[in-house]
Amino acid sequence: MTKTTAVTKGISRRSLLKTGAAAAGFAAGSGVITGFPTIWAQNPITLRQFGTGVSNLNAIADKCKEDLGITLEMTATDSDAAAQRAVTQPDSYDIADIEYWILKKVFPSGAIQPMDTSKLKFYDKVVPLFITGKLTPESEIAQGTAPHTVGFVEAQDSKTFAKEPTQWFTMMPTIYNADTLGIRPDLVGRDITSWADILDPAFKGKTSILNIPSIGIMDAAMIMEASGQIKYADKGNMTKEEIDKTIDFLIKTKQAGQFRAFWKSFDESVNLMSSGEVVIQSMWSPAVAAVRSKGIPCVYQPLKEGYRAWGGGLGLASHLEGAKLDAAYEYINWYTSGWVGAYLNRQGYYSAAMQTAKEYMSADEWGYWVEGKPAQGDILAPDGKVMEKAGAVRDGGSFDERMGRVACWNSVMDEDRYMVRRWNEFIAA
Amino acid sequence: MTVAVDQSPAASIRLKAGRRGRRLDSNIVSYLEALPLTLILGAFLLLPILMIAVVSFWDYDFASMYPDFLTMNYVETLGSWVTWKTYLNTLKFALLVWMITLIAGFWVAYFLAFHIRSSAMQMVLFLVCTVPFLTSNIIRMISWIPVLGRNGLVNSTLIEMGLIPAPIEWLLYSDFAVVLAMVHLYTLFMVTPIFNTLMRIDRSLVEAARDAGASGWQVLTNVILPLAKPGMAIGTIFVVTLVMADFSTVQVMSGGQSASVALMMKNQMSLLQYPAAAANAVVLLALVLLMVAGILRVVDIRKEL
Repeated sequence: MTKTTAVTKGISRRSLLKTGAAAAGFAAGSGVITGFPTIWAQNPITLRQFGTGVSNLNAIADKCKEDLGITLEMTATDSDAAAQRAVTQPDSYDIADIEYWILKKVFPSGAIQPMDTSKLKFYDKVVPLFITGKLTPESEIAQGTAPHTVGFVEAQDSKTFAKEPTQWFTMMPTIYNADTLGIRPDLVGRDITSWADILDPAFKGKTSILNIPSIGIMDAAMIMEASGQIKYADKGNMTKEEIDKTIDFLIKTKQAGQFRAFWKSFDESVNLMSSGEVVIQSMWSPAVAAVRSKGIPCVYQPLKEGYRAWGGGLGLASHLEGAKLDAAYEYINWYTSGWVGAYLNRQGYYSAAMQTAKEYMSADEWGYWVEGKPAQGDILAPDGKVMEKAGAVRDGGSFDERMGRVACWNSVMDEDRYMVRRWNEFIAA
Repeated sequence: MTVAVDQSPAASIRLKAGRRGRRLDSNIVSYLEALPLTLILGAFLLLPILMIAVVSFWDYDFASMYPDFLTMNYVETLGSWVTWKTYLNTLKFALLVWMITLIAGFWVAYFLAFHIRSSAMQMVLFLVCTVPFLTSNIIRMISWIPVLGRNGLVNSTLIEMGLIPAPIEWLLYSDFAVVLAMVHLYTLFMVTPIFNTLMRIDRSLVEAARDAGASGWQVLTNVILPLAKPGMAIGTIFVVTLVMADFSTVQVMSGGQSASVALMMKNQMSLLQYPAAAANAVVLLALVLLMVAGILRVVDIRKEL
């Protein structure tokens, strides 16, 4: 990892002062700059990253310090707060670790600068899902805010998203997954095959969906379409009438007592499931793992209508320049170089540069997490805890089976404001 | 004597001059004395409220707010049945919690003030009341969940005792759970001021009432209760404002099934709809101020302080 030219150019006295990096022994203009790792060691750089809790992991910060000498300060928030912070406090972070639907809201505010794909070492390794929207050439593009639709801008200073891939990448994708309903197989007492099964009268008072409007509405849309009550043109961008129909339906269902609760945070969803308050609900994959690690059976049930997917990436704050910007590129290149990808894959997420991650995983791990094969030995979580016993198969199967069956992406709608108002009505009803 | 008489006009003049000087001084002094509080309240209370009021008239979209003078936020807030329903719901919680905490708070304070003989014991018991407050609000609230849940302590005990065939569903994620948790959280705010006023009641008044032939009940209703009113009013202000502004208890204990005004504001803020939230805040502030004014009209809290 030696890169010299860009660096020497990047370090000016101003940016040094700005980053507060008046490290002892470093004489400005001494010209003895040889390679990145040395520089960051001599001239300690701190990158402030904030984002949704999923990938703000201490293990990543530790490894980053070890490999690059860059100190990562990470702040985890929920997705609404992340969107808010990205726009309202653009100087409070250097790297934004946000989801694509958040990016769609945030990017036009100018808080994030696009990155030059020629500086991204692993740009060609990025899964085509994020470039063209298709996992394989024949797969169909899912509804919602698909990452490729907000992945590029026309020029460095452009605020509008490009239709085709360009040189200017809005975010380097890092983490994504396909979400579905979680169930308690011991308590549902029958096969669950469709999103509409959450409406089964047998589960009255034992279901839950999440109370984060932008994601909850998507789960509601999947449920409603699966029950045959409506056919959306685009679930990710509903018309007012579609929103009305969906919310009215939710209110009716709520008043009939179908839902036990509406959860807002990860731990709430884990507790609802493990305490048996609900037997089928919207869930995130690590929550399923958390329930299972308590010895309680829980399945992340694949459903015939497909998955609701989400994806996140790393974006560069607009105020980054000079040495700090170079450090940020270096960090992103390191992030996608494999170690982090393997770490995320082992948690049940997917890495955007799958091929680099593969090198850091054992054949058995790769087989279990990505290829959907039965585990040969015990599958360990990154912290060394046994997650699955030998012989287990991942819910939903392989990467291609799961990510290939995405029905819609988390999204932000044009009628966002109206949707939120109606969602509040649903919660108040 | 004569000397003294001779001196007196001069002395009185000097005294007058002195008094006048002191009055000027004392004017400045009292202004100076009021200055720190004025600054603090001005900077941290009045100014923010003013800003909230200003912002409530602004326009907004996802990314930013635009200075403007629109009544749209108020029209949207007051014109929606959700707002009315949410306010009614919040008022319902406030009323229920107020009634329960008032009765429970008075009861506890009365016991502490009149039935515990030694003042040392009174202080010890009063401190015992505050012990739960050594942990965080959230912890005290969340600990109800494993107690009230479908497979929680209460339900499993009742089922094992054979008293009920199936778990009672409304114990958790219901209005009952919200009110229960709020009563648990806020009763002390009622106990403290009532205890304080009860301790100030002159015991000879009680004796006099007894000498005049009053029964225990009459002493309570004719002497103690009227004298405890200021404490009750202060406790009421605490409890009502706390309940009106609560969002976390409602969110957690109702499992998101129920709404409160503050929760509605929080939802709006988390989606960056600050002007809408600000309009809501102004409406809530006006309502709470009206309620406090109403309480103060009924009870003169300064009278007995």
